[in-house]
Amino acid sequence: MSEAKPPLQRGGLTHISPWTAATALAGATLLLPVFVITASVFLPSGDIWRHLYDTVLAEYLRNSLLLALGVGCLSLPLGVLPAWLVTLYRFPGSRQLEWALLLPLAMPAYIIAYTYTGMLDVAGPLQSWLRAAFAWHYGDYWFPEVRSLPGAILMLALVLYPYIYLLARAAFLEQSACVVEVARTLGVRPAQAFFKVVLPLARPAISAGLALVLMETLADYGTVQYFGVATFTTGVFKTWFGLGSSIAAAQLSALLMLFVLCLLVLEQRARRLSRYHHTSARNTRLEPVTLRRHVALAAFCLCAAPVLFGFIIPAGQLLLWVIQTWHSSLDSSFLALVWNSMELAFITALLALLLALAVCYTRRRHAGLVTNAASRLLGMGYAVPGTVIAVGVLIPFTWLDRHLLAWYDALFGAGAGLLLSGTIFILVFAYLVRFLALSLNAVEAGLAKVKPSMDEAGRSLGVSGFSLLRRVHIPILRGSLLTGLLLVFVDVLKELPATLILRPFNFNTLAVRAYELANEERLAEAALPALAIVLAGIIPVIILSRAISRSRAAYA
Amino acid sequence: MKYLPLLFSLLLALPTAPAEQVNVYSGRKEALIKPLFDAFTQETGIRVNLVTGKADALIKRLELEGERSPADLLVTVDAGRLYRAQALGLLQPVSSAQLERTVPEVYRDPQGYWYGLSIRARVIVYAKEQVNPAQLSTYEALADPVWSGQLCVRSSANIYNQSLVAAMLVHHGQDATEQWLRGLVANFARAPKGGDRDQIKAVAAGQCRLALVNTYYLAGMLSSAIAAEVNAARQVALFWPNQMDRGAHVNISGAGVTRSAQHKDSAVRLLEYLVSVPAQEWYGKTNHEFPIRAGVAGGEILQSWCEFKADDLNLTVLGEKNQAAVRAMDRAGWK
Repeated sequence: MSEAKPPLQRGGLTHISPWTAATALAGATLLLPVFVITASVFLPSGDIWRHLYDTVLAEYLRNSLLLALGVGCLSLPLGVLPAWLVTLYRFPGSRQLEWALLLPLAMPAYIIAYTYTGMLDVAGPLQSWLRAAFAWHYGDYWFPEVRSLPGAILMLALVLYPYIYLLARAAFLEQSACVVEVARTLGVRPAQAFFKVVLPLARPAISAGLALVLMETLADYGTVQYFGVATFTTGVFKTWFGLGSSIAAAQLSALLMLFVLCLLVLEQRARRLSRYHHTSARNTRLEPVTLRRHVALAAFCLCAAPVLFGFIIPAGQLLLWVIQTWHSSLDSSFLALVWNSMELAFITALLALLLALAVCYTRRRHAGLVTNAASRLLGMGYAVPGTVIAVGVLIPFTWLDRHLLAWYDALFGAGAGLLLSGTIFILVFAYLVRFLALSLNAVEAGLAKVKPSMDEAGRSLGVSGFSLLRRVHIPILRGSLLTGLLLVFVDVLKELPATLILRPFNFNTLAVRAYELANEERLAEAALPALAIVLAGIIPVIILSRAISRSRAAYA
Repeated sequence: MKYLPLLFSLLLALPTAPAEQVNVYSGRKEALIKPLFDAFTQETGIRVNLVTGKADALIKRLELEGERSPADLLVTVDAGRLYRAQALGLLQPVSSAQLERTVPEVYRDPQGYWYGLSIRARVIVYAKEQVNPAQLSTYEALADPVWSGQLCVRSSANIYNQSLVAAMLVHHGQDATEQWLRGLVANFARAPKGGDRDQIKAVAAGQCRLALVNTYYLAGMLSSAIAAEVNAARQVALFWPNQMDRGAHVNISGAGVTRSAQHKDSAVRLLEYLVSVPAQEWYGKTNHEFPIRAGVAGGEILQSWCEFKADDLNLTVLGEKNQAAVRAMDRAGWK
């Protein structure tokens, strides 16, 4: 049999390792829901599109675009400026702000929306006080309306900017001081250096963060629904629940995915010609510049504002509510909620990271149209509302279930129930479909910094395959890997819609409990589980933030 | 991979039917129904397994799981969803002398596909200090331009509004309903947002004078532990519309046995328990909904509201007309 065997080609297309094959298989399975949703485009949905087009579609489009634009424009400076300040400068509180800036990440968007509404709405304490103190009536005074499109933009930007901050900061940390110094010797002032050198170099990371922010914005349902802003997502649910057409709803989602895909491809094209790794082997640590007086104060305020509005104020409001209601909402089942949430978040975060690594490496080794497109599509789940993902997951799995059961019946006789539907397995699978983009983006942004010459150098020293990964890449990537792990962990903690529909019997999470109470407008009672989500998210946020800082020092 | 062993053990455990239990998919929130299930378990020893969620999503799960779905009972908070599940072939008719005796005919499916468990009414609340109740009469009159800019109501995505409009479609037909909707939308004080409690608070704060809400939200605020909620609720009063003609619009929370039910008898027993006197009293006292069983008194707040006349439209039509209602609302510009 030896004569027919072609010579082994390492890394060539003729050689597909079992790992590559396994990755391809896992990737294909994870792509199923996205395909199922996209396939809906070919199904007939009657005259619903005519109706949507005639009545509400224009508004959905307009609001979704404005929302995405607004959140994008606001979260960019909120994320990038503090990242730049805490990385390159020292000022009072800068070390604490470094991790504190991540805290809003732990705050679910719909919860921050509820807290600000509770405080600032027409019936809230502030406006009630104003009316009582000045004997005003509604309409006698001007007050910004929280529950509006600008309000939704603000809420979402306040909790989503950490995606940009996190990735931008990692990128700034990884930038060599030499680049900045070279810029300085060429007569570029620090502020100019930021715009001309630091920012362009960090562009892959920043645009990866921005992509996440935009996708999360477009998939948001809780906030816009509560604020009465009719977007594509609320349209998906109104079409499904109100007009009774899950097909048209899936088609709307498919449209949304297509839109996001176009954005991503455009961005990738725009930066295709530039490469972002350093060519010099000298990677000196950037010495932060110490700021003084007014400048320091300004920097502090700039960095503290997002933390104050995105975390301290809403968390403080939650705490006030908890003090009023904890005795009735803290029951014996509460610990189980915490445990369920943490367990799901941890398992998913770990699996997502492993998958992302496998996918990114496969793509690196077998670069081409197929692997490229596949890894792009794998991230698409992030732009799709959780409920739609859940249905996209249920369709293939229940099909599989039925066929497994037919086979099972033939062997053991009839009577079995479903094997997959209603298990934790299917739930974690749905999370992976929804959140893989987070770990993919983090790993990808990290890998973009690993020069191909490092691989070559490693190989020439006889290090290849897994030991290349372990000995060369992982130390360099550590910050990015931790970032990916953290993002998925926190997002699973907050995840609601897919959990609601897919979870097993008698299985609740913190997000489910918070939602059920908040949805009944019992905000004060929802505060305890909401605060628990925030607390559960904070601990890993802090640990990982420190680890990311250290990882920079490790290879400087 | 941690769950692989679990999966296998499940596989082995499947053929043996476990102890008596019943599996429930519930569109009703856990806090608003689980206490009843717990009481049922205590009384009968039958375990109740529960998944709560959005009714439409659960119906979709039921539909996709098909014949093998583990669910035995589908609980929703409106008749329209039960109708939809029935139309999709997901429910089966059950007959029980006790259910038929207790649940009035208009609040159940004629063939027994589903039964109402509690009654919820959609009414007008008004600012006590600014509105004289003599100015109020019917839902129809809310479209009168005298109320321009004074009405608060939540979004058209909300099922309670959809059901109300569906009922209007049945009573008045397409053209008159659409005309009414345009007038109603023109009277909105603000773009619809928030939930029913929000509308009550907006009336109390003076943003609008009238709101359309379900009664139990008002009762829930009146009995709240939070002072601000109670204060807001005290500034408004409830008005029962259409008492001189067909009566106030009502809907039900209800349940139906699924077609795939493997514990049908337990499911029927649970249904029977839910319309029993103690369960019905609980609905009245804790959830502030009107008991479906005649002769059961609600809590103090419910008793403080006078007897009212309810529209006796069979609720099945709310489901049939739901889609037409949403389309009409979209056309009228009800966000």
